[in-house]
Amino acid sequence: MPALLAAMSPAPDRHRTARFEACFLPHLDAAWNLARWLARSDADAEDALQESMLRALRYFDSFNGENPRVWLLAIVRNTTWTLIAKKPGQGVHESLDEDLHLLVDGGPTPEAIALVASDIAVLQSALDTLPAPLREIVVLRELEGFSYKEIATITSLKIGTVMSRLARARERLAAELVRSPLEVSP
Amino acid sequence: MNCHDALLVQAYLDDELDAAQSLEVARHMEACERCGTYYRRLEATRGAMSHPQLRYQAPAYLRASILPAAPRTSAMTRRRPPAWGLALAASFLALAAIGSFGLLRGTGPRQDAMVAEAISGHMRSMQINHLIDVVSTDQHTVKPWFDGKLDFSPEVTDLAAEGFPLAGGRMDVLQGRSVAALVYRHRLHVINLYQWPAAGSTEPAATAADGYNSVSWTEGGMAFIAVSNVAPDALDAFVAAFRGRNSLRNESKR
Ligand SMILES: [Zn+2]
Repeated sequence: MPALLAAMSPAPDRHRTARFEACFLPHLDAAWNLARWLARSDADAEDALQESMLRALRYFDSFNGENPRVWLLAIVRNTTWTLIAKKPGQGVHESLDEDLHLLVDGGPTPEAIALVASDIAVLQSALDTLPAPLREIVVLRELEGFSYKEIATITSLKIGTVMSRLARARERLAAELVRSPLEVSP
Repeated sequence: MNCHDALLVQAYLDDELDAAQSLEVARHMEACERCGTYYRRLEATRGAMSHPQLRYQAPAYLRASILPAAPRTSAMTRRRPPAWGLALAASFLALAAIGSFGLLRGTGPRQDAMVAEAISGHMRSMQINHLIDVVSTDQHTVKPWFDGKLDFSPEVTDLAAEGFPLAGGRMDVLQGRSVAALVYRHRLHVINLYQWPAAGSTEPAATAADGYNSVSWTEGGMAFIAVSNVAPDALDAFVAAFRGRNSLRNESKR
């Protein structure tokens, strides 16, 4: 049975497919991770990833050879949001107050900072419930380790926006996950 | 720095500042409790987000349905490797790239079809579990392991404090030469550091191919190549950390 890429390749070309694989196979997990966090369900993430790989193959000739992970994830990100946007109340256009109310003053000022949660379910839900525009930045930075500049490229956002969203996202996560020892003890 | 510049503190955490800015922020945080606390909060949050199970793994059936190459995908399906295993598989591509067509000679990212086939074939022939022969985070275990296996003694240094914990080592062959390969981790990525005796001294030079970055340099009688799919600046930081530790050690030996 021919697999997806072999079947859908515009001009079935073994060499091209091999080159494509060599470029992007190493980044399949990164692609899936992003799609899955954005879509928040296996089924939607799967559709998004399949569609993304097809698009990537279609546009492969326009790939300049630099940083395939960034190139692929930009496609995955846009494809996933496009799919998600068809569902009500979701997606990257979720409303977000862009004002930056930070933060240095806001937090507690204990000597030590403690994580309250290391339980995976709690961590997962904290990230899952972030508004989509913040969630994607956290996934790209904390889970995939992209630089600010790379995140800006993937998301087509200004680097300043990336930085402020990341700070807001972390502030929200910290509010849920991080306490001073005083707060933790009963 | 301005005390209210939270984004600067964050950029410090994220390693996005140049040396001068980093120094300024670090100094400020020593004196300013508020910024210090804010930094620790960010750091704790990042610690929470580094939980390995937060990163979703592409399901095997999906991998199989997307990729046309049956032999490799079926192997993957059977093994269901953890993130670590996949990272290992990925770093093997880097190894394949070096072995088969000489990344170091500056081959551009657009290889011809033959090379692509060679990589592809190499990938299929690779066994995931060959990445590490000696699994240890202890440099005092890894270094003696090479004794008697090589005709030289490699430089082995743990860089956990710098964010690059040592994971182990193995023997390898690059272009017919037996070399030592040290395996380091950086977040979810793997860095391979190859080394073998060589005369002369060259400054680190970076190349990139197929999503992999490499930095090679020669010093202290040894040639080094670091290969990884981490971002170029992370690899530079790794090389700087390794060279820093080594020069300190070599000085103290004298
Ligand atoms: Zn301050």
